[in-house]
Amino acid sequence: MSQLQIARAAVRRPFMRRRKSCPFSGPTAPAIDYKDTKLLSRFVSERGKIVPSRITAVSAKKQREMARAIKRARFLALLPYVLK
Amino acid sequence: MPYYESVFIARQDISSAQVDQLADQFTEIVATGGGEVKKREYWGLRSLAYRINKNRKGHYVLFNLEAPSAAVSEMERIMRLNEDILRYLTVKVEALEEGPSVMMQAKSDRDRGRRGDRERPDRFGDRDRGDRGDRGDRGERRPRDGDREEQGE
Repeated sequence: MSQLQIARAAVRRPFMRRRKSCPFSGPTAPAIDYKDTKLLSRFVSERGKIVPSRITAVSAKKQREMARAIKRARFLALLPYVLK
Repeated sequence: MPYYESVFIARQDISSAQVDQLADQFTEIVATGGGEVKKREYWGLRSLAYRINKNRKGHYVLFNLEAPSAAVSEMERIMRLNEDILRYLTVKVEALEEGPSVMMQAKSDRDRGRRGDRERPDRFGDRDRGDRGDRGDRGERRPRDGDREEQGE
């Protein structure tokens, strides 16, 4: 217990941000589906680009899966290729 | 036999009865090829995210198929020839999903309460990195130089 606290205190450096966990892993994670435009649109920028995983904290594997889903949704005109 | 999901978009000018006819036609083609349409969903006349062949809207139909690849490629060939079909996408899947797809769920949500989901999806700007979250603690402060008290000089 006390050892854990010491370890935590050592990690707590200024400018260190807590790493967010991947939104697609875990028990309640949503399935990635090209038909789910509402979910996919959260990972698309205002211009319509796919947001890099270093910003959204999606894991690399899930990011590949998601990018494929977004591209499928774009082909079916469910999502735009470009906005504005 | 492998499983497939197939979506096609039909021109906006045709009626939904005609779309139904088209879907029947494709179902028949799959059946003659020895396959089966496990589920058929009509998503309705949706607006497209961009114009396709000068169409701003299209009728979307989803098929869940269990069919040999020959039947699927025959269906795709007929879709290519048909000028009412703007676009189609067939994806091989490991397992077919049970029950209505997300698209139909979203539609029924919308029908139930028009203002069901008003919250805007949090978008990410192109340059804007969004909220960075809280910084960690700053740690112990360095002791002041000297020992003098602060006096507004």
